[in-house]
Amino acid sequence: MSAREKSNIPSSEITPESLYCDRRAFIATAGAMGVGAIAALSGMPGLAGAQQGAQQGAPQATGKPFGLQPNDKPTPWEDVTTYNNFYEFGTGKGDPAEQAKNFKTKPWTVRVDGLVNKPADYQLEDFLKPSGIEDRIYRHRCVEAWSMVIPWRGIMLADVIKRAEPTSKATFVEFTTLMDPKQMPGERENVLRWPYTEGLRLDEAQHPLALLAVGVYGRTLPNQNGAPLRLVLPWKYGFKSIKSIVRIRLTDAAPKTAWQQAAPSEYGFYSNVNPTVDHPRWSQATERRIGEFFKRKTLMFNGYAEQVGAMYAGMDLRKNY
Amino acid sequence: MRGPRLNIRTVREPKWFSVALILLCCVPALLAIAAMSSDIIAHTRYFGSNPVKEGEHFLGEWTLRFIIASLTVTPLRQITGWNWLAKHRRTLGLFAFGYLMMHWITYALLDVQLDWGELVKDLMKRPYIIIGMVALVFMTALALTSTRNSIRRLGGKRWNRLHKLIYLVAILGVIHFWMGVKKDISDPLMYGICVAALLAWRLVRWWSRREVSAVTIPVGAQ
Repeated sequence: MSAREKSNIPSSEITPESLYCDRRAFIATAGAMGVGAIAALSGMPGLAGAQQGAQQGAPQATGKPFGLQPNDKPTPWEDVTTYNNFYEFGTGKGDPAEQAKNFKTKPWTVRVDGLVNKPADYQLEDFLKPSGIEDRIYRHRCVEAWSMVIPWRGIMLADVIKRAEPTSKATFVEFTTLMDPKQMPGERENVLRWPYTEGLRLDEAQHPLALLAVGVYGRTLPNQNGAPLRLVLPWKYGFKSIKSIVRIRLTDAAPKTAWQQAAPSEYGFYSNVNPTVDHPRWSQATERRIGEFFKRKTLMFNGYAEQVGAMYAGMDLRKNY
Repeated sequence: MRGPRLNIRTVREPKWFSVALILLCCVPALLAIAAMSSDIIAHTRYFGSNPVKEGEHFLGEWTLRFIIASLTVTPLRQITGWNWLAKHRRTLGLFAFGYLMMHWITYALLDVQLDWGELVKDLMKRPYIIIGMVALVFMTALALTSTRNSIRRLGGKRWNRLHKLIYLVAILGVIHFWMGVKKDISDPLMYGICVAALLAWRLVRWWSRREVSAVTIPVGAQ
């Protein structure tokens, strides 16, 4: 199934978000049980979430499903917006929802430069305007062996690159997150090399599945999910999908990525989801779908092998992890 | 300095202390069981979106806390003179073992879900798992020999030497945690500092006692 093709999953298969449990109710129960103090002391993250986007109406799990398996259902909004890896706002899963509350995403400028004929600084609205905004439901696989199904809203990265007119020398794309330690407390800690950077081969960046997301569940992207603009690459481990992007630069050499620099033996440039190549410290053969107890088998390229496999034909994926 | 110290020495063990300590030690375990089962069965989020992983880490951290608590008894006794604290060292040590078992069961049963191939691979290939398992074997030996009967059978000196293994277990526990985290080492560092301080206390006392006896022997010989 190509990214442009229609999926065979009827929209009736998708559980409406309203059927999932109510966060307020469980917070109230938690309080009633009096576990608050000990929970805070021992770092139970579930009790420290954020209430965001309430003014935008109920989250809608709408969109065209891409590469979903028959038993894939969108992960509840509560999980998608409280279980986050976004080290700029802390290393705990609940930290981003807590610490990104007051993050300013307006105004936002995106620079597109490097080996292009039309380098420019865009205001986010102008950056998005020429492209059609789409709702797409993707599988998401974190390198930590958990996974979700997420209804994203965004534009195709390929559109943005086409508009910039890459020169014939351009072979890679580098992405950079905002550097603002005042707003992003994590950037004051020496955990990764800031600002966070990521990279793709040009053909990967031009793949129709590569999405620049501005929303989730039909709402504006919450800050903890990488507002206002983030990458989504469903066939790669989650950390490749860089958040709060301020710069997209075309280059002629493989960009140094944040995790590659932090631990080169554990995180490679490609970081394609691959059940046969383990992380040095844990297996990648299975995953825990958030909200499910029994583990699932991890699929090659996270279930997108048909769409993306050709880009890696003939490559030794054990070496190019 | 002397006055208040003497006062402290007179503090006796409160009658309720043993029972209160045991009840208190059970609280995190009960919380973990309640939160994990509620999250898995009823899809609540007391432990967040990934209750098995969170519960596993929660129990692992409490294991380290109980090991540290048991190592704190002796320095605390030496500083305050509350010698009755000594007998609670075993309680804390046994609770450390209990939490370690729960941590391990959560890992094997709920996380790896008894996938034996995966468990064996973990045990062969992953250094931090190997270190954790070595610590678990040592802790089991200590728990099994924690009875009064074992002390009598082994003899106080040998028993004492065997139970010095807890120092090694504490160090292995911190290393296991350290190697397991992805990048942010601030939590394992905190536990590492606690363990280092408690071991340093013992080292300094042992060293100063040696110095003292080295000086006093010739004096006594005169």
